[in-house]
Amino acid sequence: MKDADAAPAELTEAARQARAALAGVSPVPGAPKPDPILKASGIRRNFGGITAVDVDHVEVQRGSITALIGPNGAGKTTFFNLVTGFDEPNAGAWSFDGQSMDGVAPHRMATRGMVRTFQLTKSLTKLPVIENMKLGATGQKGEKWWNGLFPAIWKQQEAEIEARADELLKRFKLDHMRDEYAGALSGGQRKLLEMARALMTNPTLVMLDEPMAGVNPALKQSLNAHVRGLRDEGMTVLFVEHDMDMVHDISDWVIVMAEGRVIAEGTPDDISSNQDVIDAYLGAHQGRSLLEDE
Amino acid sequence: MDIGAVLETAILQFIGLNACYYAIAAIGLNVQFGYTGLLNFGQAGFMAAGAYGIGQTVPIFGISMWWGIGVAVGYSVFLGLLMGVPTLRLRADYLAIVTIAAAEIVRLVVRSVAAKDAFGGTDGLTGFASSFQQVGVDLGLRPASQYGFWIFTFSGRNLWNLIVGWTLVAIFGVIVWLLMKSPWGRVLKAIREDEDAVRSLGKNVFSYKMQALVLGGVIGSFAGIMLALGNANVQPDNYSRDLTFFILTGLVLGGVAKVTGSIVGPMLFWFIFAFLDSLLRQLIDQPFRLFGTTLIESTDIGAIVFMVMGGLLVALMVFRPQGLFGNRKEMAFEGR
Repeated sequence: MKDADAAPAELTEAARQARAALAGVSPVPGAPKPDPILKASGIRRNFGGITAVDVDHVEVQRGSITALIGPNGAGKTTFFNLVTGFDEPNAGAWSFDGQSMDGVAPHRMATRGMVRTFQLTKSLTKLPVIENMKLGATGQKGEKWWNGLFPAIWKQQEAEIEARADELLKRFKLDHMRDEYAGALSGGQRKLLEMARALMTNPTLVMLDEPMAGVNPALKQSLNAHVRGLRDEGMTVLFVEHDMDMVHDISDWVIVMAEGRVIAEGTPDDISSNQDVIDAYLGAHQGRSLLEDE
Repeated sequence: MDIGAVLETAILQFIGLNACYYAIAAIGLNVQFGYTGLLNFGQAGFMAAGAYGIGQTVPIFGISMWWGIGVAVGYSVFLGLLMGVPTLRLRADYLAIVTIAAAEIVRLVVRSVAAKDAFGGTDGLTGFASSFQQVGVDLGLRPASQYGFWIFTFSGRNLWNLIVGWTLVAIFGVIVWLLMKSPWGRVLKAIREDEDAVRSLGKNVFSYKMQALVLGGVIGSFAGIMLALGNANVQPDNYSRDLTFFILTGLVLGGVAKVTGSIVGPMLFWFIFAFLDSLLRQLIDQPFRLFGTTLIESTDIGAIVFMVMGGLLVALMVFRPQGLFGNRKEMAFEGR
């Protein structure tokens, strides 16, 4: 399976472009990209005396699938929260699509085209699946309370949103659960729903926090395909993941964090042979007898 | 024992002015608590804001009573913003603490000696309701005459109160029903489930919570207006914590997040309350003695009624947690 996916003949046009653009980038931490959609520099976040994130510079190439990996406690999710505005850094600046995102409230991110999912899936269990989806659409007239009283104002827009939601549900194979409560979905289906709901915002950058956590192997394959599909439609994907197979399978570029810093960057092949990364995951002393250190 | 008389009292309370202003307050509380998940334990404060808004007009400000509707809405919007700004960014529990305290502060301020000139102290306010009652008279309801049929016979004045009160219930019921079917209502229900998810989808959660708090509060203030007009006076101690919790009991009885629940619940609350009260009064017309000790006197009945009500509420929570009109299926997905 993995071999087949890696074969160049199987790559889509978007994937080829992304890989070609990244081919000339030197695999060092903070490497500049030809067309970055997201740039962050000097981002630091302290929790008390602990520095959870201290990223000098990092860029994400537009139209690529970029993986953010690292051992537990490396600061990946904190970095995610900082970039999406859910947490505020102690220092640093970042820009999205050329616009500065300093101090921008999290709810403005989605309207600008950046959407995120969560490590612990946040499906709204007491709303039906279709309502979950429709919530995702931005710029709804009926979401102003004075308009809410007059269905004539928002009915047409609502119908358009519903049509788009149904289309996405079909693509994510959730259409048979359309009118069920989201609480009736399985864990994997909730992951799919969350991803589909995020797409309702028409994003340009999709940020997925551990999309594969707690998902069975069969569903992993279909999630992989969905993530690839996002890139093929022109979106940029940045995801945090522990599942190395997935990282190797689908990402065009990998950023490795450890102890709050970016310690390595490169293509998946660069990363799997990078000594710093192996040390970060397994310890610098791995493979040696404990006796040798004495 | 006259069970007919007991039922008659209970039925009259079912549709009476008490049930009516409780229902208005519960519709407002339902917007906050039922749909948005905001633990507002200070609905009595919003009701006081409404009652004093209309009560101050003639005796204090010397303006027409009808301006009082605007004053009442202004007071309750101000109170909502005042409570919401510091707390809506925090976890829900803090809102509960702040609202219960704020409602008490409102009550203690309006009954204080220092503010007697503005709020009438413990005597409250009177002498403002005549223009309201005049409208009823103009429409042909003579205050002292009796209208109606069978047990449903009311004085012209009471009938006018009930007509206006239940019209308000219907108006607010329809408004909330429409709003909750709209995309706006969908955002509120989503916030109740998970704020961060809603935030990540580009909604300003703080603003929506504020809108819900203020809207629920403004509706609550109309309950206060109705109580003030119905009694033709404003009494500070009507707006104590008990009131908030009785309204909450009514709402839970009917079923949260349902407009029908928020209206029928408070009606049933008063039905059960009046039924138990008059039943016990009929049964215990002389002290109930067992083995030479007096167990129950007629003065204990009030307390016993509340004990039985509490027991019923516990039984309801165990056997029908969604209330009478709530959605069982929705209740089944607790947590995430």
